[in-house]
Parts: sequence; C-alpha cells; structure tokens
Amino acid sequence: MNRRWYSAPYLVWSLIFIVVPMLMVAFYGLTVVGEDGSFIFSLENIKRFFTPLYLGVLGRSALYAAISTVICIILGYPAALILSSKDLKHKSVMMFLIVIPMWMNLLLRTYSWLSLLENEGLINQFLRFIGILGSEEYIQFLYGEGAVIFGMVYNFLPFMILPIYSVMSKMDYSIINAAEDLGANKFNVFRKVIFPLSIPGISSGITMVFIPAITTFAISSILSGNNVNLLGNVIEKQFGIGGDWNFGSTMSLVLMIFILISMFVMPDSEKESQGGLII
Amino acid sequence: MKKIVSLLLAVLLCSLMFSGCGTDPSKVIRVYNASEYIGEGVIEQFEKETGYKVIYSEFASNEDMYTKIKTTSYDVLIPSDYMIDKLVREELVQPLDFNNIPNYQFVNETFKSPYYDPDNKYSVPYMWSTVGILYDSTKVKEEVTDMSVMWNKDYSGKIFMLDSVRDSIGMTLKKLGYSVNTTNDDELNEAKKELLTQRELILGYVTDEVKDKIISGEGSLGLVYSGEAGKAMAEKDTLKYAIPENGTIYCVDAMVIPANSQNKTGAEAFINYMHKPEIAAQNALETFYGITNVRGLELLPDAIKNNKGLYPDATILEKSEMLKSEGNINQKYLEIWNQITAAN
Repeated sequence: MNRRWYSAPYLVWSLIFIVVPMLMVAFYGLTVVGEDGSFIFSLENIKRFFTPLYLGVLGRSALYAAISTVICIILGYPAALILSSKDLKHKSVMMFLIVIPMWMNLLLRTYSWLSLLENEGLINQFLRFIGILGSEEYIQFLYGEGAVIFGMVYNFLPFMILPIYSVMSKMDYSIINAAEDLGANKFNVFRKVIFPLSIPGISSGITMVFIPAITTFAISSILSGNNVNLLGNVIEKQFGIGGDWNFGSTMSLVLMIFILISMFVMPDSEKESQGGLII
Repeated sequence: MKKIVSLLLAVLLCSLMFSGCGTDPSKVIRVYNASEYIGEGVIEQFEKETGYKVIYSEFASNEDMYTKIKTTSYDVLIPSDYMIDKLVREELVQPLDFNNIPNYQFVNETFKSPYYDPDNKYSVPYMWSTVGILYDSTKVKEEVTDMSVMWNKDYSGKIFMLDSVRDSIGMTLKKLGYSVNTTNDDELNEAKKELLTQRELILGYVTDEVKDKIISGEGSLGLVYSGEAGKAMAEKDTLKYAIPENGTIYCVDAMVIPANSQNKTGAEAFINYMHKPEIAAQNALETFYGITNVRGLELLPDAIKNNKGLYPDATILEKSEMLKSEGNINQKYLEIWNQITAAN
C-alpha cells in the first residue's frame, strides 16, 4: 500500500481547518463591504492599517514578544542544559515540574497570578504581614508592560525548554568526548560543540514562544487590565464590538505575513552562520 | 454487571418515556435567554402550573443569539433593546397577541413604546439595567452625584473603567452633556480628550471583574452595570451605587417571539407568566436586575426598591438614553477607543 495515503486524514483536516479559514481571512482582509452588502476588492483596510496607530500596536506586540523570547532563552537554555546532563538526579521529577503547569488552561493559570499579584493580592498582603510594607502600601506588579512580559515568559517558558532539551538529550556524547580528548576546555566544548548542536532546538523554541506571544490577547488583557493593548486585543475588539470582520481580517493577515517574514529571517541566518562551525 | 445493565435499561426506558410525552408539539416551548437571567425554579413552576414543557437554553451575548436563531427555531427570545431593533427591522420577530398576555397591564409605562418597538407590537419588557458608579463609601467620602468623581485625582490608581467601548465613551459623552448615540465628530473628539486625561488615573479597563475589584478593595470606585452593583452591595455593606444626575445609559431586555416560532400560544403564556407580579419580583430579586413590573416592584424589600441607584427617580430616567447601534456607529466608536487605549 502506498504510504502516502497515511497522510490523507491530516491533509483533509488541514484543508478544512487551516487552508480554508486562511483563505477566508485573506478574502475578508482584502475586501470591504459595499453599500448593498456585496464584497468589493479593496486595499483600503491595508492602507488603514499602515497608519501610526496600528503600526504602533504591531510594533509594541513584536517588541514585547521579542523581549519575552529573549528572556525565555536566557532562562530556558541553562535549564535545558542542566536537565539534559547525564548525571542529574531526579530528572523525571524536574521534567514533571516543568510540564505540570501545562496541564492547566492558560487562562486559569493567568487568573491565578492575578490573585497573587494584585495590589490587594496575596503577595502584597504577605509583605504587609511581615512588615516590609505599611498597612496601606502596596507594590504595583500588575497593570503595566512588565506584567504582560512576565505573563508571556511564565506561560511560554516550557515551549523554550522542551525543544532545546530534546535536541540536547539526543546529542552524541562521543563528539563531546572527542573534543575533550583533543584538549578543548569546558568552555570551548560548549562554545564549539554543544551550543552549535543545540541551535535547531533554540530555533524551534523561538518559533514556539514568539508566535503565541505576539498573537496573545488574553495575557495582556488579564494582567494589564487592558492598559496594554497588543494587536491580538485590537483584532479581538474589531471582530467583537466593532463587527468589522474585514478590518479584523486585514490586521490578522498583516500579522501573519509579519510572523512569516520574521520566522524566515531569524532561524535561517542562524543555521547558515553557526551551522558551519560544526563541520 | 447485571446491575449496570439494568440501570442502563432503566435510563433508556426513562428517556424513551420523556421523549414520548414530549411529542405533543403544542405543549413544548423553547425559550432562549441570556445566561443567569431568571430566578431559580421559575421554569419548573411555570411547567407545573400550565402543563407546558420548557426547553430552556442560554446565550452569552446578543450577537451569539442572533447567529443561532438563523439555524434553530425558538418560541421566546429575550434579547436587548438594540438587538430587538435589528430583529424587528429584519422581520425576524412576529407581532404579539396581547389578549393572551393580560399581565402586560402591570408593565411600567416608562418602558412602553421604546424606540425599538414604538407601537408596542412585538415586545414585552423583561428586565432593565443602568450603567452607574459603584464605590466604597469608606474610601470615597463625598456624595457621588455625577461622573466627575471618575476624574478626581484623589482616587488616582483606584478607578476602574468599563472595557466596553459604547458604555465608557457613552458615559463620558453624557458627562459632557451630549447624547450617548452622537455621531458628531466634535462631540466625540471632546469625549476622547476627556478619556485621555482620565487614562493616567485608571487602574484598569475591565468588564466582569469591576465588581470583584471593588469588593476586594483593589479599587475604590468603578463603572458597572446595575445588576453587578446589586450583587456587590449584597456582598459588602459599605458599597454604594449611584447614577449621574444628568442621566445615564440604560438597557432594556424584552421578550419577543421569533417569526418562525412553532408554538406562539405557548410562547405568549410564558411571556404572561413572567409578568405575574410575584414571579417578576423573584426574577429581579435573584438576578439583581431592575424589575419592569409595577406590582412586582411593590413586593421587593424596602432596601432594594428604595435604593435610588437601582430604582432612580423618573426625572433621571427621562434624561437617560438607550444605546443604538445603527449603521457603522460601533465602528466609529471603536476607532476612537483604539486611539485612547491602544495609542501608547
């Protein structure tokens, strides 16, 4: 039997639930509704997007997503490195601790931070109880950019750790041994062997963190009290209260193209420049 | 094992029985209401007293309901004013026979002949609500009589605004003395400036959470819907609810019968039952929304019916408006909202 048929269910699935909706987004995005209710091809909404207001929102979303991704790499890479080391005890327990929050819904996890971080939340109450803060004082953790970036890092960190970990744990130790035998010190082994070999993991980690971060609207809405509006929030309102599916789709379309471009630019250049080091 | 099998059989038999007695279509009515918007046990009482069988379902938003009724047939819908306006204009609802709804006489005259149904042909008001200011009287010492308290720098970082485009801009327009449905660019610009100066005082723009945030003390005051305010006041004594003296936004939800209803008589019996004074009172008491039934209002506890926030004087109501969403007005308001909240 032809193996190709095995992929038929997925093809049908992706056709119905990925390709068709994408075409619909493109269709809505590139049309406007005429006075008689018909769809007219128009770039009007694209023009409307490329105004300082909406470009600013896109820029902000990209910036926060990029910052979160970088923080995820800084936190996630050492974590994956430690996890993948051969002589680590209780490895399964640590893996479990990383994965377990993902069993819970993102919204629930984010709402629970709310009750911890609020001005009258548990952390502020605790700080008051132990006397660090006065009875009326509080530290404002929420309602700003910091809270949004924190929420993104918290929610998406496992998506950075896991791909790096899976690449590292499959690494061929004889290569590392060879490097050590040939006189490389620990730093050089890491710089010239381990790091270059782990780049595919970083690449997919970046993709898996950056994309959900740039498109999120729940995290920014909940943790900033809608003070920080990302493109996801603006799109959501456009479909909801605005009822303008066309402009909402235009924004989604621009966002998709933006992600596509940034994904092409980022990992490819890394693969070429750093990948060469292995050889 | 045997037990399980017999249990399954019993369940099967029961369901067969129920579907059996449900086959008389003239005794079945399908009611589609907003979520958590009816007193507990009201449906069961109606079924017991009238012999009808009610298939009751709930929607999360008027827009959801609008989409659903295109494919499913119902007998009674309870949407909001602006949605009824749309349903009437699209001829998706049918005129009522008021001979079958004698309790209509108890409906408050204030809510009759609304803009969405000027001749009282299609709808019977269900409950109503206002937008107003919920505040903690231990923190906000002044008497709240208008919107200016929401711009008071003393409460900076303690104010919550509604994350609802039309309500928040509308209340600001009202503060400035304009209509909540204005499309005049100068007036809207003025409201935008007002909201931009308010922005640095605002802790957050939230919707369902305002109530909880004021109860927990996270905020001292915020814009809320009256039903939410009623719940909050029932939970914490020091909370108060005030409506601006120069008028507010109010919303009426009303019962209508869709054009494709299969049991109009049953639907009218249900609508009539909802305006039995004690039933209307029970619904209002349990949901904290405003009662539209005059006799029912008398049955409510003094603390509620004399609360000037929940049941304002007629003079304030006269100055208040319902939101209309004709044409692309929502689009226009959203663009302004984006300029306020997404610009930086």
